[in-house]
Amino acid sequence: MGNLSTREAYGKSLAEFGKKYDFFVLDADLAKATQTLVFQKEFPNRFFNMGISEGDMMTTAAGMAACGKTVFASTFAMFAAGRAYEQIRNSIAYPNLHVIIGATHSGVLIGEDGASHQCIEDISLMRTIPNMTVIVPCDENSVYAAVEAAICHDGPVYIRMGRLASETVYKEKPEFAIGKGNVLKDGTDLTIAAVGDLVPEALKAAAVLEEKGVSTAVLDLACVKPIDAELIKEYARKTKKIITAEDHNVIGGLGSAVSEIIAQEGTARVRRVGMNDCFGRSGTREALQSYFKLNAAGILEAYEKFEIEKNK
Amino acid sequence: MHIKMDEKELYSISNQIRQLVVEAVYYAKSGHPGGSLSICDILAVLFFKQMKVEPSDAENVNRDRFVLSKGHAAPAYYAALALRGFFDKEELKNLRKIDSFLQGHPSRGKVPGVDMSTGSLGQGLSAANGMALAAKADGKDYRVYCICGDGELQEGQIWEAAMSAAHYRLDNLTLFIDCNGLQIDGKVRDVMNVAPVSDKFKAFGWKVFEVDGHDIAAVDGAVEAAKALKGSPVAIVCNTVKGKGVSFMENQAGWHGAAPDEQQFKTAMEDLKRQGGL
Repeated sequence: MGNLSTREAYGKSLAEFGKKYDFFVLDADLAKATQTLVFQKEFPNRFFNMGISEGDMMTTAAGMAACGKTVFASTFAMFAAGRAYEQIRNSIAYPNLHVIIGATHSGVLIGEDGASHQCIEDISLMRTIPNMTVIVPCDENSVYAAVEAAICHDGPVYIRMGRLASETVYKEKPEFAIGKGNVLKDGTDLTIAAVGDLVPEALKAAAVLEEKGVSTAVLDLACVKPIDAELIKEYARKTKKIITAEDHNVIGGLGSAVSEIIAQEGTARVRRVGMNDCFGRSGTREALQSYFKLNAAGILEAYEKFEIEKNK
Repeated sequence: MHIKMDEKELYSISNQIRQLVVEAVYYAKSGHPGGSLSICDILAVLFFKQMKVEPSDAENVNRDRFVLSKGHAAPAYYAALALRGFFDKEELKNLRKIDSFLQGHPSRGKVPGVDMSTGSLGQGLSAANGMALAAKADGKDYRVYCICGDGELQEGQIWEAAMSAAHYRLDNLTLFIDCNGLQIDGKVRDVMNVAPVSDKFKAFGWKVFEVDGHDIAAVDGAVEAAKALKGSPVAIVCNTVKGKGVSFMENQAGWHGAAPDEQQFKTAMEDLKRQGGL
């Protein structure tokens, strides 16, 4: 702990890449929270505050992109994927415009604001839209990699970030390519595939399992769409058991995306760790992590269930 | 890139657009003739006099932009584009068909000359704002035109966008509001009253002109006035007749989204051909 949150990394990365790439940033009165104000300070002429009107912001970004601009549109995940879903679908994704939706404050682990602000449906909503790319980076360096990949991509991208400090997974900017997953740790008995805040939890769970003699692979599937189907198939064949882990509803998110691949392959069993189709609640991040088992303990519990099934 | 046309020629163009609308919807067996026929005079002024667009250089970065926020009036938009030379007008007979690029609602990237995909009401003005902002950011002098419906003003996003356009002083943007008074479920004033339209836009910081949307000289004059104004966006409130030009479609909400049968098609074309010499 004590590191940057992914949203802070987002603001910093925009300010840094603003020197190298030509793009605009829009926000909806949350520039302090989404950290786009860091970019605004550096490039005031390339920043537009659209006020508290997320639908208008998304379509305005689309209009700018229709004139050849690369545009970031930032707000909380709830108001991006949730409130402005239809503007994203019809004005950005259908015409396949280069708008990058920087959605911060996603998931339950934002903490005390409670369920009204804890968006646990956004991965699901965004990945079902044709043309859309969905990226869920897990730490500062992976945000940098995701933001640069999104700038260099053409077409709509949804980048999902959190509110609170993230644990360091990558000591330096990782190799990141849209459509590719990242093997953080190899293993032969079990695969844990995770995104966002659950990536460091997956690594902790893997360390515990290794102690017990369970050879555990950990995949960072930051690019949830297009998902790295080949990597998932490879690890399905190799380990036969996959646990997915995400701060998102188990319906429609990473767990579903992985299960969709496995359903065709039939080479592994899948258990999904995430929000079990229920709304979040207020609490500290630590309290919420243990309440909803969005942590290493939750992943280990999922592994135990595999073992219990095996012994039946 | 301007086409110089006099008033009489522009009336002939709007009449041709109307004939193509009726024909396209007849062949498609579905579509929205009422709200298409109400904007044909505005489209004639835009695409045949005011807008800097050139079919042979359709992607020119300095071209004027157009967003049909009331995307269901696509048949009129497509007819104007075809007449202007963006594609063969024979294609209009394939409107809404599986192998045609002419989608039921405007689709950017599919239809030559279409700058923005629309159809879901309330979004076009925001998109036009984005285009106008991009022009200002680039120091370009192209202008952005948008048409929305009066029923469409019931969408909240229109008012979000109205605020944004005034806030960013988008004087390179002109919005036409096609006030034909009707929407799917009946009269706009009965379904959900939007009046007073002009006062609302004035209160939002816009310059407003109110014209007869079928008076080509008046529409053209308002566009000229809008081009000369600095510091705020301009709304041209156009009083129009839904179904204009086809006797049995005029002022009938039922013709919002219905196609004529063979006999109705013949009658409609006779009506329009009679007016052709205006």
